[in-house]
Amino acid sequence: MANKIPIPTKSSALIAMIADEDTITGFLLAGVGNVDLRRKTNYLIVDSKTTVKAIEDAFKEFTTSEDIAIVLISQYVANMIRFLVDSYNKPIPAILEIPSKDHPYDPTHDSVLSRVRYLFSAESVASDRR
Amino acid sequence: MSGQSQRLNVVPTVTTLGVVKARLVGATRGHALLKKKSDALTVQFRQILKKIVSTKESMGEIMKESSFSLTQAKYVAGDNIKHVVLENVRNASVKVRSKQDNVAGVKLPRFEHFTDGEPKADLTGLARGGQQVQACRAAHIKAIEVLVELASLQTSFLTLDEAIKTTNRRVNALENVVKPRLENTISYIKGELDELEREDFFRLKKIQGYKKREIERQMVAGKAFAEEQAVEKVALMKGISFNSAHNILAVGAEKDEDIIF
Repeated sequence: MANKIPIPTKSSALIAMIADEDTITGFLLAGVGNVDLRRKTNYLIVDSKTTVKAIEDAFKEFTTSEDIAIVLISQYVANMIRFLVDSYNKPIPAILEIPSKDHPYDPTHDSVLSRVRYLFSAESVASDRR
Repeated sequence: MSGQSQRLNVVPTVTTLGVVKARLVGATRGHALLKKKSDALTVQFRQILKKIVSTKESMGEIMKESSFSLTQAKYVAGDNIKHVVLENVRNASVKVRSKQDNVAGVKLPRFEHFTDGEPKADLTGLARGGQQVQACRAAHIKAIEVLVELASLQTSFLTLDEAIKTTNRRVNALENVVKPRLENTISYIKGELDELEREDFFRLKKIQGYKKREIERQMVAGKAFAEEQAVEKVALMKGISFNSAHNILAVGAEKDEDIIF
């Protein structure tokens, strides 16, 4: 199989996050956060001052990093960089869109869920996107 | 390269026929196996689809709970708790490990979360609201559990989707391209061989007929010769030419029609 991507079996990998401050705080409290020797964090706090460019850079960095297995991204942040999220098609790290506190979760925007819906029924929910 | 009548470019011999037949058998078996694999993958795929939908729905609920517990913690411990939390990040205590599941030869990644070392007993919320902070932490750990499960489901979904597409492509290629081509080749070789056989048969028949005719001719010639020999011998013994006597008789018999005696 030519297009097969080897799945790394690592003993431990991190969960990266791109979300608003409250969501990040909660997950940091749970113990997800990691700061390496160069003071690089595995999360990005998105507030009103964060530029789309910064989000893009963080997304690219997290998805190419080897020790990250899952990238959690708030859905409204994902909508900002929708083209990147939709064009991403590697199995690892997995991109997971999560709802945030002040933005209700809209399943039709989720890139994976829209495909799921598409496959589930002929009258697709995702037909407006694909 | 399209069209039903396409076939492999081979020399029509018995050996090639055997080889092509063996290939057809192989292609048929491969087709059946791939079909089975595709079916197995589809079954798995549907299960995962169902799970994804239900987990996505439960994720919304759990995220809501964890957000609410965070709000509670903030209310009790003061809004500056988040600064304390953000400043206290050292090493991740919650991590994931990835494993592989094997479904019909397709490797599916599975994530599993685990806590690395002791959960941090930092001083967050020491002054007030410790209980709420702990509840918030527990809620978020629960959310992580669901999210990790969802991530592994989603990854399996994508991998399986790709695998099913590849398998179906192969099944269709075998069914619609390789097998017809081999079958066409076999019928072509068979036709050619039949023709050769007919040609050979015809040639043999022809030679046989020729031989037969030759033998007959020889036999006739031999008989004539033997007769002549015998006549010659008699003539020698009697001292007259049998031929002339014969001639007289024959001539006489023809001439004397009106002779009465």
